[in-house]
Amino acid sequence: MIHLEHIRAAYNGQPVLNDVSLHLGQGERAALVGPNGAGKSSLLRVITGQLPAQGLRRIAGGNSAPLGTKELARRLAVVPQEIPQDIPFEAYEFVLLGRTAYLPRFGGPSPADHAAVKDAMTLTHTWPLRQRPMPAMSGGERQRLALAMALAAQPEILLLDEPTSHLDIRHRMDLMALLLRLHRERQMTLLMVVHDLTLASQFFPRIILLCQGAILADGAPTDVLQPDLLQAAYGCPVNVIPLPDFAATCVLPSVTAL
Amino acid sequence: MNLPRTTCLLLLAMPVALVLCLLAGPAGFGLPDTSTLAGRSLLELRLLRVATGFVVGAALALSGCALQAVLRNALAEPYVLGVSSGGSLGAALVIVTGLTQTTPLALPSGAFAVGGLTLLLVCLASGRAGHYAPNTLILVGVVAGSMLSSLLMLVLALASTRAVHSITWWMLGNLQPTSWPLVLTVAALVAVSAALLFSQSHALNALLLGRSTARHLGVETRLVLPLVLGAAALATSAAVSLSGVIGFVGLIVPHALRRLTGANHRHLLPAAALCGGTFLVVCDALARLLFAPREIPVGVVTALTGGPFFLYLLLRNVNGHPPS
Repeated sequence: MIHLEHIRAAYNGQPVLNDVSLHLGQGERAALVGPNGAGKSSLLRVITGQLPAQGLRRIAGGNSAPLGTKELARRLAVVPQEIPQDIPFEAYEFVLLGRTAYLPRFGGPSPADHAAVKDAMTLTHTWPLRQRPMPAMSGGERQRLALAMALAAQPEILLLDEPTSHLDIRHRMDLMALLLRLHRERQMTLLMVVHDLTLASQFFPRIILLCQGAILADGAPTDVLQPDLLQAAYGCPVNVIPLPDFAATCVLPSVTAL
Repeated sequence: MNLPRTTCLLLLAMPVALVLCLLAGPAGFGLPDTSTLAGRSLLELRLLRVATGFVVGAALALSGCALQAVLRNALAEPYVLGVSSGGSLGAALVIVTGLTQTTPLALPSGAFAVGGLTLLLVCLASGRAGHYAPNTLILVGVVAGSMLSSLLMLVLALASTRAVHSITWWMLGNLQPTSWPLVLTVAALVAVSAALLFSQSHALNALLLGRSTARHLGVETRLVLPLVLGAAALATSAAVSLSGVIGFVGLIVPHALRRLTGANHRHLLPAAALCGGTFLVVCDALARLLFAPREIPVGVVTALTGGPFFLYLLLRNVNGHPPS
């Protein structure tokens, strides 16, 4: 569960979020869209507690006091946008990093930690890669391993910041199908930053449109993906083509003469 | 996790190497005659020297290991944050002011105090300026190092010839036996820092993914970074106070081990302490034996033996995993 009320936040003295209120119930999934610099990543950083903010912030049932970094890491996982290319671990050790918040100070991983890693790697179809060094992985494999690492923490909430941007259409669809399956089987709450509006309409029942640090629209894809709203947010004319046969809405920017 | 063959070999080779080094002396190779008083004190001196080398090597390798993870820089080493220049300046000041005559502890205390103070200031400044961002830390460390080196030049320019000789000898780094209380004090400081670093081994692993991801994984970076930097600083300044500046150990031992035993800090940190200690003891034995009865600076040996070995590991790895 993510609950934000009247959130205001600034970064380097510049306001980045302006009175944002948002509620995402347990098991809900939503896409966060908006132009560059709209505050999407800042909103994720407020949710993870990295960006201090004014207003009410309740994450993962932290009803009274806000959760500590470690407790939060067990309930809310963030899929890293990019993994350093030269990370000197084998895939299994890498996914085990997702259990950091569970490991004892001086001891090693417990059978429960190993079971969670195996489960996460099986779900993401990365178990056969477990002994391969990370620098030898392809882009698609790295993306699935990053997801496996986040899942190894067995979180209630999963945050993703543009995980599909470096992927080709097939890997993009594989990843989205995987996320849908996770969402269905584990009742995980999903919040994902998406740039591709058509993709957002295909996979998310709820789209949150952020513009200049405020929520401009929040609702079903057909309600949010409106030409006038999108033009106001992105500052460029767009064509919105409903594709009911594909359960999607195609958003096509108009070509303007330069 | 099963221990790889290389780890077992290293664990077996270490005690053998340490005992062999105990037998090495400028007079030749062999156990001194322990029936005579002179022989017994000779053996004790050698024991003290081996202990000194082990403690210093372990401290340098440990802090190099931790700094490479925290700064996410393969070239990071214990001296990157200015402790060598600070320690040298401290030692030089003690030598020039003639405090060395008062107590044998004056030189190590001076080096420890100024070296530790330098690191403390570097860490505080980078904490204020950039929340311990790796590049800020390195930049502040380099600037502080250059400033302190200039001050050292100034001291050298104004000092007497005898003092200049003492300072230069100290800066070359050496493992001359001092006294048991001093070595044990330094060993205790290094042990404290080793325990602190080992308690953060999971955090160091997560930090390899960057600060932000480490935080998402539950690492309280605002506490962990100063703690790790402080522990590394403690070990390094303690080592420098005992031996002066000995290069290369803190840079290549962690690197070589990462390739041999893997990058998991839960295994890497203890391995670095053991191998760093043994490596320096062996290098010191070579420094005494190669041109006996003359002794060469141990830093020359660490660089000339460690360098090629490191290059070999680097090239072997390239052949094993061709770049994609």
